[in-house]
Amino acid sequence: MKTTSFVFLASGAFAAMLGAQQAHYLPAEVEAGGRVYTSTCTGCHGPDGDGVAGINFSQGKYRRAASDDDLVRIIVRGIPGTPMAPTGMSEGQAATVVGYLRSMTAAAGASAAGGDAVRGKSLVESKGQCLTCHTIGATGGHAGPALSDIGLQRRSVDLMQSLVTPGGEVRPENRAVRVVMKDGKTIAGRFLNQDTFTIQLIDSTDKLLSIDKSSIRESSLLTTSAMPSYRDTLSAQELEDAVAYLSSLKGRPQ
Amino acid sequence: MKPQRALAVLAAVVVSGAVAGAQVTFDRLLRSASEPDNWLTYSGGTMSQRYSLLTQVTPANVRNLELKWIYQVQSLEKFEATPLVVDGVMYTVSAPNDVIALDAASGRVFWTYSYTPSTLARLCCGRVNRGVAIAGHTIFMGTIDGHLIALDAKSGGLVWNIAVGGARAETGYGFTMAPLVIKDKVIIGSVGGEFGVRGFLAAIDAKTGKEAWRFNTVPGPGDKGHDTWAGDSWKQGGGPLWVTGSYDPDLNLTYWGIGNPGPDWNGDKRAGDNLYTESVVALDADTGALKWHFQFTPHDEFDYDSVQVPVLADITFAGRPRKVMMWANRNGFMYVLDRTSGEFLLGKPFVKTNWTSGLDAKGRPMNVKPVTPEGTLIYPGNQGGTNWYSPSFSPRTGLFYIPSWMDTYSTYIKRPVDYVEGQRFTGALPVMSARMLQPGPLVNRRLPEEGYGAIQAFDPKTGERKWAFNMADMTESGVLSTASDLVFAGGRDGYFFALDAKTGSLLWKASVGGAVSAGPMTYAVGGKQHVAVSAGNALLVYSLRP
Repeated sequence: MKTTSFVFLASGAFAAMLGAQQAHYLPAEVEAGGRVYTSTCTGCHGPDGDGVAGINFSQGKYRRAASDDDLVRIIVRGIPGTPMAPTGMSEGQAATVVGYLRSMTAAAGASAAGGDAVRGKSLVESKGQCLTCHTIGATGGHAGPALSDIGLQRRSVDLMQSLVTPGGEVRPENRAVRVVMKDGKTIAGRFLNQDTFTIQLIDSTDKLLSIDKSSIRESSLLTTSAMPSYRDTLSAQELEDAVAYLSSLKGRPQ
Repeated sequence: MKPQRALAVLAAVVVSGAVAGAQVTFDRLLRSASEPDNWLTYSGGTMSQRYSLLTQVTPANVRNLELKWIYQVQSLEKFEATPLVVDGVMYTVSAPNDVIALDAASGRVFWTYSYTPSTLARLCCGRVNRGVAIAGHTIFMGTIDGHLIALDAKSGGLVWNIAVGGARAETGYGFTMAPLVIKDKVIIGSVGGEFGVRGFLAAIDAKTGKEAWRFNTVPGPGDKGHDTWAGDSWKQGGGPLWVTGSYDPDLNLTYWGIGNPGPDWNGDKRAGDNLYTESVVALDADTGALKWHFQFTPHDEFDYDSVQVPVLADITFAGRPRKVMMWANRNGFMYVLDRTSGEFLLGKPFVKTNWTSGLDAKGRPMNVKPVTPEGTLIYPGNQGGTNWYSPSFSPRTGLFYIPSWMDTYSTYIKRPVDYVEGQRFTGALPVMSARMLQPGPLVNRRLPEEGYGAIQAFDPKTGERKWAFNMADMTESGVLSTASDLVFAGGRDGYFFALDAKTGSLLWKASVGGAVSAGPMTYAVGGKQHVAVSAGNALLVYSLRP
């Protein structure tokens, strides 16, 4: 009896401590953490956080961590004897990743699970006309980002949002550029890189171009997406099918 | 070539090598301007103008600069060192702590000295080193694990290696700056502002390695300024040093910039101005006694380290000759101080700022914004309007050249933080519009309003901007100016370039294939002017096409 009440008290104290240690993260921190998560963590954990057995970030399921401090420590130092290697991040940077992990749990309710990937494949390739601007494998256009491993990059909830409100979030790597040359010619395309003297892009004819800025009259970076919304062109079921297919794209041959 | 001719050439080379045997007396360091063929201190002289009297390369012929030689370091860590050149021999440091002596004409290696620092060393921002100092026949290097090492300049052999007192690597102390030699002493200060150290500057006897004096950047009980720290907060007060200071021989004062208070982003437990963090201190070079101080950012919560190089010059200010100090601060303001007294003469923003409504008549910031748990958007961002990148002053143009981060901002968030020895003691990392450390490929898709880099030229008499050369990406490059009215600098996007010192127009550029994160310098060997810069993981040396 005494033992039981002790355990009860201890776990209660632990829960209180846990509450105290779960910080509130600002949207800017979550966004910064998300960028780090995508570049560093998705390879093993996947965009939905369910890539490692026994762990599911979207469901708040962890094997060895409870508090935010535990997570920061694991991200920085890794777990010896497991594939979880030290990341070399500062604790501050790791804390933003924890902010993102917590946000994944909060957003998980919205994930689409009822889609049919086979039907989705045909929608993406025909009715949706997605390959006009995106490549999957060796097929498709280059105005938008390649989708061959989009299932490793983005959560299904993000993919659904991109289909319904594509202008909502254009990542820096997906920005478009419009250049007017001194001779009046206009070049539009996907913005790849720039430095002080040159700008790199892939134009609408899929040509990789590096343009000397001294030959440019004006240029602008577009932060809005040229992608149409599929809210009205695809039914709710079709959207879920498309998301199911896109989520299945993990860089393997189709 | 006939054998006899070859022998004669060989003899000439040997003779020039023998001439290069003179030792580097302190008098030579003070008169470095009289031997512009050499580059004898980190900033090219104890006044730290990073200005050279060499004039072989001019605005008219600079387009004929070409790569003379390249030395690729073994280390893939950040290369921030400015080399020294002494009578045809170049000395630089490959990160973290390997010293290399090279033939300045060809880049061939004479010797290397390899030092393996303790694995307990911990640095906030990379295992870097910014260069060495020389006195007599001895090279001095501070190490990231708190040692000062003296090497024989001819052989690279160890003369002595001391653990500087109290600089325990496992608690965050260490050295990344090039030391400064004054008279018979080697002066060096410790890093550790992100680990709650109590910073110090130490003067070490160049011959014996014994400590001659020490200045604690956070005053202890009984010391003046101690009351600017609440409770015991001074014990982990920070105040690191990581960039080389300056020396005025007429005043016998040495000037040093001091970094952030600990913890960086939450000042709640260190109520007060937190002297001498975010200040410049003027110290008696013989005793280390404090003559005056000027604090740029009292009670800082934005990580605006004031570690910049103090640039000394004698100019006419408001109609009378003044001994001034020019200072482009990480907090986004450019200052001109009287260096005899520390009197504030001028202070104006050189980038977008919103953390203060402005400076009062004594140079103190007014209406400073608080950091809040909800987040506070602050210009300039955490990396500042500038940082440790060496500025330059040209006595010919009278202009002060500042490597600048334009229009950057950060959201600062106040979070509780407790001190644990050896662990980071900072508070929440601010969210930055421009990344602070840029590893990996140089891909830049930033919008202009998310920040860009520039080299800016200001008139220190008025604070007026004369010109700016804008870059698509940030810059961690120092600036070199020359008596032929050239300005050399580079940037993160992998160019090294020459500008007209009067107008800022681009005269020459070279693609260097990596970020320039060091100060350029110039020297002459064999009657030929060379310009050197570290970029990426290589040291590149340029001279005029024959």
